[in-house]
Amino acid sequence: MNCSRFCFAATAALLFLGIGGCSEDKKSQPAPKSGSAEMKTVDVTIGVVAPLTGPQSHIGKDLENAVRLAAEDANAAKISVGGSVLKFQIMAEDDQADPKMAPVVAQKLADARVNAVVGHFNSGTTIPASKIYSDAGIPQISPSATNPKYTEQGFKTAFRVVANDNQQGKVVGEYIAKDLKSKALAIIDDRTAYGQGVADVVQKSATAAGAKVVAREYTTDKSTDFKAILTKIKSRKPDVIFFGGIDTQAGPMLKQMKSLGISAQYVGADGIQSTELFKLGGDAVEGTLASFPGLPLDRMPQGKSFGERYRAKWNQDVVLYAPQGYDAFNVFIEAMKKAGSTEPAKFLPELARIDYGGITGPIRFDEKGDIKDGPITMFKAVGGKWAPVATIGGPAPAAEKK
Amino acid sequence: MDILLQQLINGITLGSIYALVALGYTMVYGIVGLINFAHGELVMVGALTALSVIQALMASGLGLPPAVIMLAGLLVAVPVCMLLAYAMERIAYRPLRGAPRLAPLITAIGVSIVLQNLAMLVWGRSYFSFPGVVNVTTYSVGGAAVTDQQIVIVLLAAALMAGLLVVVHRTRLGLAMRATAENSTVAGLMGVDANRVIVAAFLLGAALAAIAGLMVSAYYGIAHYYMGFMLGLKAFTAAVLGGIGNLAGAMLGGLLLGVIESLGAGYIGDLTGDVLGSNYQDVFAFFVLILVLTIRPSGLLGERISERA
Amino acid sequence: MLLPGGKRLAWAGVALIALALAVLPFALAAAFGQTWVRVVNLALLYAMLALGLNIVVGFAGLLDLGYIAFYAVGAYLYALLASPHFGVHLPFWITLPLGFLVAAFFGVLLGAPTLKLRGDYLAIVTLGFGEIIRIFLNNLNAPVNITNGPQGINLVDPLKIGAFSFSTRETLLGVDFTGPQKYYYALLALTLGIIVLNTRLQDSRIGRAWEAIREDEVAARAMGINTRNIKLLAFAMGASFGGLAGGLFASLQGFISPESFSLLESVTVLSMVVLGGMGNIAGVILGAVLLTALPEVIRFTVVPVQEAVFGKVIVDPEAIRMLLFGLALILVMLFRPAGLWPATLRKREFAR
Repeated sequence: MNCSRFCFAATAALLFLGIGGCSEDKKSQPAPKSGSAEMKTVDVTIGVVAPLTGPQSHIGKDLENAVRLAAEDANAAKISVGGSVLKFQIMAEDDQADPKMAPVVAQKLADARVNAVVGHFNSGTTIPASKIYSDAGIPQISPSATNPKYTEQGFKTAFRVVANDNQQGKVVGEYIAKDLKSKALAIIDDRTAYGQGVADVVQKSATAAGAKVVAREYTTDKSTDFKAILTKIKSRKPDVIFFGGIDTQAGPMLKQMKSLGISAQYVGADGIQSTELFKLGGDAVEGTLASFPGLPLDRMPQGKSFGERYRAKWNQDVVLYAPQGYDAFNVFIEAMKKAGSTEPAKFLPELARIDYGGITGPIRFDEKGDIKDGPITMFKAVGGKWAPVATIGGPAPAAEKK
Repeated sequence: MDILLQQLINGITLGSIYALVALGYTMVYGIVGLINFAHGELVMVGALTALSVIQALMASGLGLPPAVIMLAGLLVAVPVCMLLAYAMERIAYRPLRGAPRLAPLITAIGVSIVLQNLAMLVWGRSYFSFPGVVNVTTYSVGGAAVTDQQIVIVLLAAALMAGLLVVVHRTRLGLAMRATAENSTVAGLMGVDANRVIVAAFLLGAALAAIAGLMVSAYYGIAHYYMGFMLGLKAFTAAVLGGIGNLAGAMLGGLLLGVIESLGAGYIGDLTGDVLGSNYQDVFAFFVLILVLTIRPSGLLGERISERA
Repeated sequence: MLLPGGKRLAWAGVALIALALAVLPFALAAAFGQTWVRVVNLALLYAMLALGLNIVVGFAGLLDLGYIAFYAVGAYLYALLASPHFGVHLPFWITLPLGFLVAAFFGVLLGAPTLKLRGDYLAIVTLGFGEIIRIFLNNLNAPVNITNGPQGINLVDPLKIGAFSFSTRETLLGVDFTGPQKYYYALLALTLGIIVLNTRLQDSRIGRAWEAIREDEVAARAMGINTRNIKLLAFAMGASFGGLAGGLFASLQGFISPESFSLLESVTVLSMVVLGGMGNIAGVILGAVLLTALPEVIRFTVVPVQEAVFGKVIVDPEAIRMLLFGLALILVMLFRPAGLWPATLRKREFAR
């Protein structure tokens, strides 16, 4: 019988796999923790997960570079914890910014029993992955995920070193109401988790601060035609238009606004605050405002020097979240030092109480895992570049400007 | 009133583009009975090819006038799309001419996916900004803003449609196409080479798609590897709305759909008391499609839908 | 067992397969880590979907491009009734069957207006339905928040029998079970159930009626088959399996959002059915397993190879994966239209 022969072969293969598997040691484990006799080193593996391939790979790679630089610096500094010198290794994984891939990759890191994870990059991947890290007790710091949900899940292992969208949206909403003195606000979002999240918060905080929302319109993250909704918005005569979304929509939207003769002030969040926007929107971008959950590199306490070291090692400039990634790594080290151990269970409580001065500024976490007093910077598009115009929140700007 | 006028103008421009693409669908369907799912990707390839040429010419610093640059883009995009369409037909569709209906449909989906990903490999995933080749002037008509781009698009689309009608109704090729669409066996007996006619339909459709692609990317200022999919789907809806297999129907359907979408997105909030907003604007096309197919499957102008077993 | 030789062999084969399936999660975990157990779980979910779509496309010959909508319906129903979103936490033996039934209802809803449509139109209309459902799921968060919009629903309850949760790591009878491993057995059991159901359906009067419709609808009607009801039944049954799989997906992943239910997913499931063998139960399972394992295999080979040869990744794995999908669809249709493991009947139909 055809079937049974095939079935035999398949089953035999499976059993072979099983037998072979059982007798083999777990391949994906890092080197054993117990150090050798004289030097007494302890291996510490830090995972870093970001989209290393695909459209956001340049940002993902940037993160990986930062963490590798941090590991190098740490190894050179010969940090000692609990009587042993720490030897750092990096396990970099690619989650392709795909929420379905994220748990698979997270599981891989959990199986490998890494000591901590810097990642992921996108909120959409950080949130599902966080459950796995929490179950495995592995501390996780995201350098860039801004969706508030991440820390609202109540996982003790979830932290981030950037302000979240609630904080960002609140600041932007208040800025629109108070600084821009908007009387007629129109809000558009792109119906993604990020865009809608930010837009909703902006709506709430702007209204609370005295602005009036005259239009609420929607698009998608794949659209290119905004004329219908822009025409409708035009009829309501707004003075400010806020867009919750990313640069790929904002660019054409600005162009179409111009051709429809809409002269309102355009404001966005970190999704549009990129260099791509200038390419996509041309000169229609001039004057646009955008927020960013952090400080510009040269305003960070040690931003300039970090930027130079980064360029020296990797032959390129910092792309976006490298400083945050670098700090995340070092926050872990600080916690390990305070706890006197590299075991996640031991240094996790120290992580929650940490007070660390990083290159991005002081880092302390609140009870949910969000950074306390995360600064938000408002940028304005001037002459084809982003120029910071206001810094809101955060501690007083550092005097150190090298 | 000026808002209504503005939405109408937006809608007619959008609709003209849908109409151009719909013509390609309807021609192929009328003759071969195949929905070429990959037609939207032809628009995309046309747009990206033209874009590459235009970018290269602008960067070369030859200082050519804008019209020449656009024309150059067109002259490269059209043959590329035609070649692609020919390849599609020969490799993926012709061998399946006699197969059960499921097969060419699935193949078409496969071709669409392959083209999207090839485009992604060639041009990358990022969105390309269409360089400001031509300066856009805006005119004010009755309170609404009309750009010269919009005027060009509508007029050019109308001219191309008229040209196609001339080809189909006044040339031998057109006669052959109509004959094959009626009854390919009898047409064959009359000496019409079905293969050549089909190839001609594909090529003509591809040429229109390439032009539409250039129009779309110039109008919206943006082009990327995924732009063909939604556009293709909506254009197909337009073709069905007007009556698939019917050229005039495709044009009417396109214009109607563009206007419906524009007005819909603009007024749905007011109509439903803000329960439904412009976040449902993509749904219009699909609703229209389902409505048409349920109530009047032959479309507004078409009458050639028969139950082919 | 005193059976004649051939039959004894067959039973031995079945026993071996059963044994292999039983130890699979442990073999995988030991050899490659829990990641692969998760991959196998995903494959099982896709197998369920493929089996459901197989009823619609394979048995009844109705091309459904919006199948993933039923998956979404089942997933959202489960998530809405077993998460902090509404504060309702119904147990799985209510939510899963409910998902089954509601999805079946949606199947009928989709099928009813499309009864008179032919193949190509049916495909487009179902595609439209799929998109409509996704758009609604993405936007039903105002004025009344039903689906929580693009944010999705988080912290969905895992499968739980009393205090025994399927997502935590436990030691039972001396053997250490992790969450994914426990889920494996649940998924396996349900998949086997669906297989049995499908086999029974295929050999029943209904199954033969589907076959008749697929081959020649007019003749079938002439033979007295109520084509309307039979078609609706096909849609309903196919949809119901999708709904069941959806509920399981929500409980497994713990988090759902409209992103996971795109057209691409519909096409993926369709590819599994087409590639594996339309109408053949074993074939579609093969298709599901192959196409779920494929991205992993690609990632493990393509990326390192490129890094070794070129020093960086030029072609990203996602692009290759989709390219291969598309190519697979084309090639299968051109050269082996009945699929890799065809049902003998379809083979004849596609033979040229």
